[in-house]
Amino acid sequence: MQGRSHPWANALGWLPETASQTGGPYVHIGCVPSFAGLEGMYGGRDLGASCRRDGHVGEAITVEGRVFDGTGAPLRDALLELWQADANGRFAGEDGSDPAFDGWSRQPTDGETGLYRFETVRPGRVVWPDGRMQAPHIGLWIVARGINVGLYTRVYFEGDPANEEDPLLARVEHGERRATLMARGGEDDVWRFDIHLQGPKETVFFDV
Amino acid sequence: MRTMIKRPGAQGALVQRDLSIHPPAHAPGYKTSVLRSPRLAPISFDASPTEATGPIFGPDVVGPGDDDLLTNYAAPGESAIGPRIVVMGRLLDGSGRPVPRALIEVWQANAGGRYRHKRDGYLAPLDPNFGGCGRCMTDDDGWYSFRTVQPGAYPWPNRANDWRPAHIHISVFGEAFAQRLITQMYFEGDPLIPHCPILHTVPDAAAVDRLVARFDKSATIPMDACTWRFDIVLRGRRQTPFENRMEGL
Repeated sequence: MQGRSHPWANALGWLPETASQTGGPYVHIGCVPSFAGLEGMYGGRDLGASCRRDGHVGEAITVEGRVFDGTGAPLRDALLELWQADANGRFAGEDGSDPAFDGWSRQPTDGETGLYRFETVRPGRVVWPDGRMQAPHIGLWIVARGINVGLYTRVYFEGDPANEEDPLLARVEHGERRATLMARGGEDDVWRFDIHLQGPKETVFFDV
Repeated sequence: MRTMIKRPGAQGALVQRDLSIHPPAHAPGYKTSVLRSPRLAPISFDASPTEATGPIFGPDVVGPGDDDLLTNYAAPGESAIGPRIVVMGRLLDGSGRPVPRALIEVWQANAGGRYRHKRDGYLAPLDPNFGGCGRCMTDDDGWYSFRTVQPGAYPWPNRANDWRPAHIHISVFGEAFAQRLITQMYFEGDPLIPHCPILHTVPDAAAVDRLVARFDKSATIPMDACTWRFDIVLRGRRQTPFENRMEGL
């Protein structure tokens, strides 16, 4: 089915998107099989287990935290994916991007503690569609049993002066909710980002 | 490890997602969703490059045989137990364009309905020759296929007597992070389909029907494996004038 285009608009014959379904309790088998206990599958190394290599550009950081349900209990069966620009604000594959940084990683929450942990780099700034610059941020996608459509949020860095002029943060109508998008700490380059699925501290999620 | 991302994801804003065909976050028939569903409205915005690009994997990410669940966990010369099937279909985006060289990952229970996972304690035994995961890349025309056993149905703790129809979990990467999708594929004719609380979190009957793979006699391999056809559609992107010229539209 091919569409027709026009200088101002597209006229395309749209197909409906395939409906999302929960990743379920065993999402690890398909996405992080070594973590699930499938010894040796795919060479014994889970895809996206790390996203930076020796010689990468920029500041190495750790982003870690937990995902809490409506009772405040941590999810011990969730899976998170990260996608972000490199230290210079370029995405993997773009001209001039850091060849030692993939920009994408995938991590399960720990089966006991519920902690997830990404070893990444502090991202550079990326343009907003109207040309303004966004504050440094990381895209985060969360799936788990009980989550019917993967949830999308962003990690910003508390205290970064660029947050004040970030076009998306400015769109969060209830200012106090911006705090749910801020990773905290930063001592020894470890940033804490907890996600609350419900409750007074419910994280801001985005429909993009 | 080699750089896995070979080219940038496509730029260009995404078409607004039609949430009416997706399950709501809060779907009480599926009890686990009650405490895991955000209650506040998500904030909408037009994708920035963080959402309009995404990881694009090189072909070296997928190894030979990764797409064959019959043998990718089996001892040499052995094969998983159960009905041998092929699942094939096309990956398209909302405008009907094939999505080439996209990574598809699958996972499933074995033929008895048991997952190889430490949290699955179902009575049915593990199959020593079945791991339950596989992956492949779509070809230049968006086609994908993998070979496996038909999974079994199994009971699960929701209401006192709920059963999952036979299904295969499918994870798909498009060209944009905002196209990321996980879904489940069911099998035409399965009597458990009308009773599944998870499938019926999807509110739209046509969208439910599109999650049911069709038996494809024409693609079935004689004396070997039955073939099931399952096409997958990712959200569409608005084309940029540059892309239009490139494609000669």
